[in-house]
Amino acid sequence: MSKPRENYNESVWGKFNRWLHGLSPIEYKSSRQWHYTDEELREKFEADIARAHAAQQKEKRLYAKYRYWPDKKGVPLYEKIYRVIAVLVCIAVIISLLIMVAHLPIVGQYDNPVNNEVSQRYIEQGIQETGAVNIVSGMILDYRAFDTFGESHVLFIAASVVFIILRLGIGKEKEIEEEKAREAENDRNFEPANDSILQMITRILVPIIFIFGVYVILFGHLGPGGGFSGGAIIGAGLILYLEAFGFEKIEKFFTLKTYRAISITGLLCYAISKAYSFYTGANGIHSIIPLGTPGHILSSGLILVLNICVGAVVACTMYGFYVLFRKGDF
Amino acid sequence: MDFIRNFPFFGIFFCMSSGVINSILPGKWAKRVSLTAITANLAASVCVAYYTIKTNVSTVFIMGHHPAPWGNEIRFGILEGCFATFFCIIMLLSVLGGIKRLEEDISEKRSNLFYVMVNLILAAALALVYTNDLFTGYVFIEIMTIGACGLIVIRGEGRSLVASVKYMIMSLIGSGLILISLSIIYDITGHLLMSNIQETIHVMVENGQYLNPLTTSIALISVGLAMKSALFPFHSWLPDAYTYATSTSSAILSSLISKAYIFLLIKIYYRVIGIDIIFSNKMINLMFAFGILGMIIGSLRAIYQDDLKRMIAYSSVAQIGYIYMGIGLGTHAGMMAALFHIMSHSISKAMLFIAASGLSTVSGRSCKYTHLQGSAHRNKVAGIAFLVGALSMIGLPLTGGFISKVYFAQAAINDPSSWKMIITVITLAISTLLNAVYFMRAIICIYQPVKKLPKNIVRRKDYRMTFALLAFIVANIVLGVKSDAIVQLITFGLGMFN
Repeated sequence: MSKPRENYNESVWGKFNRWLHGLSPIEYKSSRQWHYTDEELREKFEADIARAHAAQQKEKRLYAKYRYWPDKKGVPLYEKIYRVIAVLVCIAVIISLLIMVAHLPIVGQYDNPVNNEVSQRYIEQGIQETGAVNIVSGMILDYRAFDTFGESHVLFIAASVVFIILRLGIGKEKEIEEEKAREAENDRNFEPANDSILQMITRILVPIIFIFGVYVILFGHLGPGGGFSGGAIIGAGLILYLEAFGFEKIEKFFTLKTYRAISITGLLCYAISKAYSFYTGANGIHSIIPLGTPGHILSSGLILVLNICVGAVVACTMYGFYVLFRKGDF
Repeated sequence: MDFIRNFPFFGIFFCMSSGVINSILPGKWAKRVSLTAITANLAASVCVAYYTIKTNVSTVFIMGHHPAPWGNEIRFGILEGCFATFFCIIMLLSVLGGIKRLEEDISEKRSNLFYVMVNLILAAALALVYTNDLFTGYVFIEIMTIGACGLIVIRGEGRSLVASVKYMIMSLIGSGLILISLSIIYDITGHLLMSNIQETIHVMVENGQYLNPLTTSIALISVGLAMKSALFPFHSWLPDAYTYATSTSSAILSSLISKAYIFLLIKIYYRVIGIDIIFSNKMINLMFAFGILGMIIGSLRAIYQDDLKRMIAYSSVAQIGYIYMGIGLGTHAGMMAALFHIMSHSISKAMLFIAASGLSTVSGRSCKYTHLQGSAHRNKVAGIAFLVGALSMIGLPLTGGFISKVYFAQAAINDPSSWKMIITVITLAISTLLNAVYFMRAIICIYQPVKKLPKNIVRRKDYRMTFALLAFIVANIVLGVKSDAIVQLITFGLGMFN
């Protein structure tokens, strides 16, 4: 049995142990501070107070000087530098783009890189391969139909995001009815409610516009036109009708339900018909869709169907944008 | 077996059409449809990856009756298959992990539109991965941009509106630059299909024609895609967007959307311009400089944040800097490291965002550090997931982040003649230290034992989030431990790009 060392407290391990447990004794050494007289203490105290006061004054001066520096000087300075740099970068980009344009192929030359076998085949064999007299329609709806598929979904997703942002009652569902009523009241504040000149002209124009839009869509594969332009015409007609007769009348035949039904049917029709065409094309299966005689109205395979789909989607999206921006709801 | 060739096309079409249908379904059904579509796409992508690894050649799939260069095409090799699978996994786990928080943040009436965005964004990401045509790429970039705006704005608060406006402006400038660049490329080559452009550009460079427009278009497309993926000087939209969006949106934005753009950029470098021309071009040094600056400044800004989500957002800026630094090294090893870092960073970042939402749910739905004290004790799984994610970000062994940093350093050291070597190694070291500073602070904060609990605490079991976080942890550790196989796949895939 070992007995404890006498000088354990002095050993290294003992000191470490005391440090570890926080037991190290406070060592008192004699200090001059303990022997000050009252006089000396007072002097010292006053000197301290004076020093603190001086420091405070200095700090106040500095504070007054620099507190508003960022607002008064710093931010404007930063903004100035920022603007100068932004303008310089812009000028540099413009100059380099202009220099680049000078190096591009000259417009209209016969041996430009764009006049290659691609455009040649579009022009020479477009009618036989797609059945569409309008080469542009054949290009966007048959040769490059996947791009147009994506493009019509761009319209759809843009309409969805506008729905998210502008549909009434974002975040607060309860107040939606009040908000609706208020918007409906405000709707015609700044314009005459039932302008008879506008209504008369609209009565004459709208049927013509609709028929022309339908013509542009249906003849998209035969002449200038197609789904995008025809859809825009029909959408403009709908907007004109709404402008003249107000929401009550247009909601007899065009509501949120109609909007959704038409645009979704259009997109799904596009997806299904093109999926069939892609599947048969890629796997080398014979497609049952006839191309017809070029020049006839029922020809060019799927292009007519796709034009109608795209036209429906475009018309609905245009009208939907207008309604959402104006009233916030259908 | 050959039927699998159709799967990418089926996946994209199914995902888009189900997104369209979602817009008329009630929120609950939209969620189911969306999850089904993501799972189906995951299965299809796994099949595609398996098929490409098995056959070991890249496959071209004609979209329609007309072969290229007249019609559209998609093309898939090993790399495309792997990244499609990877993006589907990220999307599935992000949506699963954030579903509960989503239902609180977004009103029932609007939630179906969220799933519309999710579906279309996944389809666009897959299309960007598979595309063999530059203009198809541009169309799907547009879908992705608008969808991302929707993801940010759907929370409906004033701040998220402002954030999405910021995102919209920056992103549209990026789109504009990309479009200009595409027009230039079309003007000087006369093609839109990737392989044809590459052939033409090769001939052009040998003859010394149109070199100035070529360099300009490389610069514009690089800067445009860098803006969209928030490289350092163009990152001003990122912190607000990630902070004020709902957690699933932040995870999708940081791990899927910005990474799909970077993948497209690498694909364009390899498949459109030709990697040798890129390596000899000065543009790549610009990417390198921006990347290096981003690594340092993003980390420094992250240290000063007092909001957890904002800190993670700034850390994203730093990590995007890593990826562009790897691209800017100008070697195949650098590209490989960048691709690996896309994977490891995506997984850790999505996990961090989901974990942060779990931690804030048990701390009064606030992400401020003062409220988060001790939150890891209240939600254990989220705490562990945050720990693993943070360690991976710092780059500790056994995690994906360690491997990617090792590959970055190796890529730099393998090319000792370059002046970039010493800068890369030093910046890597500094950036790792800075990462450690801010992530350690967050970990200490969330593991601080507290006696007094904050008010209005919600304690519920959220099995979907637990599952998602555990899956993320497993994925991260798999990336760290089984990195050899993945690196080999990436190397084979890059070889197929030419």
